[in-house]
Amino acid sequence: MTIQFNDETFYGDFTFKNSDWAIKRFPFPFHEDSYMYSVNMEPHKSYRPGSVFERTFDVDEHYVSEMKDRARVLANDPLRCQSLPHMTLAGWDLVELIMEAKAAEYPDLFELHKDGNRWRWINKPLGIDDTFTFLDESTLPYGPMEYITRQTQGDFAVLDQRDDNLWMDAGMVTTQADWSLDFDIGMNFFEWHAPVPKAHEMGIFVRALKFLLNIQQGQPARRLNWTMTVNPLLDTSPENYHKWGVMKQGLAMENIGEKQHLRVELQTFFRLPRSNALVFPIRCYLISFNDLVTVPKWARRLHRVIRDLPEELATYKGFIDNRPLMVEWLSQFDDGTPTSDGIWPDDD
Amino acid sequence: MSKTEFPPSITSRPVYGELEARSGSGHLMIADAEGAEAILDLAKSVDTGFWAKAHIIYIPKKTGTKFSGQLEELGASQYYAGPSYEAAQGRIRRALQDCHMGTQVYLSGTESLMGQAMAEATAAGIPHTAIQTEHRGSTARRMQCVHCKGITEDVTTDPFECSHCGLSLFVRDHYSRRLAAFQGVRVDAEDPGNIPEKVELFK
Repeated sequence: MTIQFNDETFYGDFTFKNSDWAIKRFPFPFHEDSYMYSVNMEPHKSYRPGSVFERTFDVDEHYVSEMKDRARVLANDPLRCQSLPHMTLAGWDLVELIMEAKAAEYPDLFELHKDGNRWRWINKPLGIDDTFTFLDESTLPYGPMEYITRQTQGDFAVLDQRDDNLWMDAGMVTTQADWSLDFDIGMNFFEWHAPVPKAHEMGIFVRALKFLLNIQQGQPARRLNWTMTVNPLLDTSPENYHKWGVMKQGLAMENIGEKQHLRVELQTFFRLPRSNALVFPIRCYLISFNDLVTVPKWARRLHRVIRDLPEELATYKGFIDNRPLMVEWLSQFDDGTPTSDGIWPDDD
Repeated sequence: MSKTEFPPSITSRPVYGELEARSGSGHLMIADAEGAEAILDLAKSVDTGFWAKAHIIYIPKKTGTKFSGQLEELGASQYYAGPSYEAAQGRIRRALQDCHMGTQVYLSGTESLMGQAMAEATAAGIPHTAIQTEHRGSTARRMQCVHCKGITEDVTTDPFECSHCGLSLFVRDHYSRRLAAFQGVRVDAEDPGNIPEKVELFK
């Protein structure tokens, strides 16, 4: 299948839009009618052709526009991409992982030709055709992590593993749910999760870390996470919160369906072969409430999840003030019919 | 008594202990304000030979001469008192660079002093097992504005004004050891102009 790439924006006039194809394959995160934290990991194996779980790194209709948005954010704030000096090798590992996966899984879009360490990388959607020497930084226009993540959807945290912990020592972060790489860089797993309520007491992070430390090469894992965003804004950074926070005001019954978006992160975890680092891509998918309720099961379920969510979580996820309005609007689409197990729409 | 019992806190905040004399090839002590008291307490339990290998770097801040005389009389082979952390920074870096294997580092006083000196010591390659900390005195916080990245020292209220960009910021309980600072985030981002009364949270 050839993807038709959208020409759209994720800021300003917000022309972002999901096609019917993108709506159908949206990674709806709720497998039941309620939500609580869990270490909801599963193997990142190819699953359900056409879904976002089919490929190692999903490429969709938003690819080209998301990469333009990333370049815009980086031009405004270069500190969104940082790599501590010892992480360069992990950056090369990531170059290899992404190039090999994309070239194998999207041969009509990406090509990788190797002649020893001399590699030629062709990225057709972005019009890139570069030849470089693998492991020689001077042959790329950016550091290796920055080079490849300017061409790959989703944020990337590259985690060094030492002292039985994971350390956020490199990253490309422009589509984040309100956290700052510049502040968190160098922190360990518990430190960077410090602001998350409840989960520490529930032992979530201890178990999650144990799982992640043991991820092996060739056996990646994944999970979904979610939050809410007003307008299809990819860059909900703390750095710019003083500019986008105000958008949460002014929601009403008439416009919430169009403006309110469910924001879902497909998080994956890969062990890197040379550095033994762990790469943690965080891919953001946005869907407007209007588009989401075209799937009746999702509409009913989202209503119940948001209505019953513990207050602390609604506060942490930043939508406590708008929750009553969300629930009122969503209730129109919930007739009380039971919903089937699992995240997929009922029509297949 | 200048000791503070911190409430159970977030996992990104360092936990401070009590300084104790350890055997080492040298002793680098960096303190500010009431942090001097931690060194004076430690001095009660060491023999005189300890000070021959010691270097004290002290920033009295508002305590003026209250402790500086007593510190100087301990007889460290090197004693320095300076007007601010910034002024002392070059000396601190040099002292860390000159440390030999087995040097013990002692940090005491405000979180700001300990955090910054800890970051310098780690960058200089001092193993964390050779660094001790003890909090004394003010619980004022060193804050980084997440928006403009400017650092505001000695923050005692929540919210407070960023000393660089002027935004009113609330104090997020999130601490970066690299920056030695807590995170400040615009308090009225969602409702511009609606700034809550300042509350004195830290002294």
